[in-house]
Amino acid sequence: MASVLSRPNDQSFRRPGGSASRYSRPLSLALIAPLLLLLSIGFLYPIGLLIKLSLFTPELDLSSYRKIIEQPIYLSVMARTFKIALFVTIASFLLGYPVALAMASLKRRLAAAAAAAVFIALWSPVLVRSYAWIVLLQRNGVANNAMTELGMVEAPLKLIYNEGAVIVAMTHVLLPFMILPIFAALRSIPQEYVCAARTLGAGASTAFLRVTLPLSLPGVFAGCVMCFILALGFYITPALVGGPGTLIVATLIGQQATVLLDWPFAAALSTTLLIATLTMVLVFRQAFSISKGFASVD
Amino acid sequence: MLIETRSHRLASPLAGSCATIWHRPWAATVAVLLQGAVLALILFYLVLPTLVILPISLGTANHIEFPPRQLTLHWYREYLSDPDWMAATWFSLKIALATSLAATVIGTLAAIALTRGDLPGKQALQALSLGPMVVPHVVFGVALYLIFAPLELTGNFVGFLLAHTVLAVPYVLITVTAALQRFDFTLELAALSCGASRTRSFLLIVLPNISPSVAVAAVFAFLSSFDEATVAFFISDTGGKTISRKMFEDIDFNLTPVIAAVSTLLAGVSLLLMAAIRATTRQH
Repeated sequence: MASVLSRPNDQSFRRPGGSASRYSRPLSLALIAPLLLLLSIGFLYPIGLLIKLSLFTPELDLSSYRKIIEQPIYLSVMARTFKIALFVTIASFLLGYPVALAMASLKRRLAAAAAAAVFIALWSPVLVRSYAWIVLLQRNGVANNAMTELGMVEAPLKLIYNEGAVIVAMTHVLLPFMILPIFAALRSIPQEYVCAARTLGAGASTAFLRVTLPLSLPGVFAGCVMCFILALGFYITPALVGGPGTLIVATLIGQQATVLLDWPFAAALSTTLLIATLTMVLVFRQAFSISKGFASVD
Repeated sequence: MLIETRSHRLASPLAGSCATIWHRPWAATVAVLLQGAVLALILFYLVLPTLVILPISLGTANHIEFPPRQLTLHWYREYLSDPDWMAATWFSLKIALATSLAATVIGTLAAIALTRGDLPGKQALQALSLGPMVVPHVVFGVALYLIFAPLELTGNFVGFLLAHTVLAVPYVLITVTAALQRFDFTLELAALSCGASRTRSFLLIVLPNISPSVAVAAVFAFLSSFDEATVAFFISDTGGKTISRKMFEDIDFNLTPVIAAVSTLLAGVSLLLMAAIRATTRQH
């Protein structure tokens, strides 16, 4: 995403050969026409129709939006969505930073082990991982069986279909999106800086706190923005490992659209989620250009 | 691709020696051990869900049993002999292959136009083309359901192809654009000045140079469709459902170890394809 968005595109003007290195306008338009056709029919039209449905039924009608603001239950869903996204982002940072440090480490085997773990997590399908969490956390699941056998608990604990399970499973999905930007930032710090700090008498922790950590903050920022935005719109994981008490905006949209068939309300919720996401992407678009190397990953 | 080599850091003269110059008292050793334990726990958390499904898929019990007492391939046979699972698998494969083809062609052409072409409003076009990555999938899924339902396109191959191509095209654009930006276009100019036509120089000079990235993009597009679950959840119906939608239903409905077998296969396909991409791109 980053490299495409942030790169100046008139570079070819400055290349030797001038206009010969550029394709003519009619040819360029012909090359991009299939994409524009695809996006118009398959993307802009459906999203536009959804927004229209949230506003007109068929004349201007804002009652769906009023419902979101006025009914406390829906306000609490909004609040829970932000709360879970925030918790997941914080957890991802706390768990992700040490992994990014290990990946950037000079000890080759440590770095390889951390990279392999991130690779496995990132490329296992989300649905598969959600299923695995159910298997692990359910009433007679792996975790409960292990704890009963070890005598840690007497009766199986309720570990799933609650907020904690949603946070654990969502953090797992979003961790790589935190780790990779931080890793990219850490890798770009010249090793000499830390060495200089150590030579001047700083201990390992002082050197980390005053050199490595501050210089890696752009990566932390990028990772946090990415995690938070992705967490806001998450559907599969909260739908499967969450319960009735953990409704968030995405699962509420699904419920309204597929079970209760209240389309204008589902459309209004979708539009709200869309606007929240797009606003954050625009406000924090700097974060996306910081995380070079992310482009090739997701 | 995921992790580049760290050669430039190893090249720095002090890097190797820095960590070993200072003597560590025993308190520091304890701290290092503690750090190692914390890191090991986090790495365990990262790989645990992927690793737990394999033993469960091999267990004999009807319910989830971990660790399994006896090993069997029974659940894999069950999967292969179940017409519903097979129908869903073929449907998904067909969609993913067609999506990969469509997204690769459309995305590669657009990437050429965006990096090398003369287009008005390029910034806006780029932002638009990456839009499907930004919009939450649940919003896109509901929006598609809204137009597909009256047209009876739910559970339909064409509907899925359209939806998944929209979602896959940004991956192709990003991958191929990066390759085009790395390509040295003086090579093409040389071909042109030696008398090759625009088409000929593209086919003989540019295309062979970017083709490894185009192949990688095609695999990305295939996987993005094959593993896609949110949009597929909304636009499937009883007449046509993908493997992910079938899995979603079964997880909610009855948790048999067949799902573990299917999960293992899905994770295996994804990890093998990505590992292959990583191995080949590292050589270049």
